[in-house]
Amino acid sequence: MSLQTSLGRVLGRGSAKDGTGHWWAQRVTSVALIPLTLWLFFSLLMLPDFGYTTVRTWLALPTSSFIALLLVAVSTYHSYLGTTVVIEDYVHAVGLKVLSLMLLRFLYVLFGGASLFAILRIAFGS
Amino acid sequence: MPVRDRPLSPHLQVYRWQIGNTLSILHRVTGIGLALGIVALCYWLSALAGGEGSYDEALHRFANPVGQIFLMGWTFAFLYHLLNGVRHLFWDAGYGFERTARHASGWVAVLGALVGTVCVCWLVWRGAHP
Repeated sequence: MSLQTSLGRVLGRGSAKDGTGHWWAQRVTSVALIPLTLWLFFSLLMLPDFGYTTVRTWLALPTSSFIALLLVAVSTYHSYLGTTVVIEDYVHAVGLKVLSLMLLRFLYVLFGGASLFAILRIAFGS
Repeated sequence: MPVRDRPLSPHLQVYRWQIGNTLSILHRVTGIGLALGIVALCYWLSALAGGEGSYDEALHRFANPVGQIFLMGWTFAFLYHLLNGVRHLFWDAGYGFERTARHASGWVAVLGALVGTVCVCWLVWRGAHP
């Protein structure tokens, strides 16, 4: 039994988590994703076909590649925020939770980075 | 301090299954599906950057029956997550909590996503079979 008071035990340990930061970032990215994803959705539907030349010519346009870069960046971040909560909710063992959260972050950087790199290659024609 | 079994809040299984919780679960499931979609998008973009050979190979994979089922699934997941996400944003702003509004908007999200998915499939199919 500790002789510390309840207040004494919590003082100086900082807040429990990061406040509303996660929640707010999730909302901001979700609002940004409404126009960004609809742009991709309708752009793809309006293409005459999905052949290599058509798609590459379309994505190499400066406007297309710029919006595609924003879309990949924002959707990767939004998805990362969402799946982080899923792991936090269902993985209870502390070690496994930390490992899977770290692995998740690595995977998002990997796939997000590879997508951005691919768009840049298409935009600059290499 | 002695370890005691603290009372737990009632969990999923004690509640009656209804539209609200079903759609909430579906929001999370479609979100996870779309996370896998990010991987597919990455593959598609990388194949496109790689040149005609790798792009045709990717296109071939997406066009086979299993690929088509995945693409339909992602279309539905995207439309549902989008519509239901807007629903959540309205709630965050403090609107649409009344029973009728809640149920009506829920049905709009599900049926809108289903109708949208059918429309997209039809448009793509018509494009491929002129």
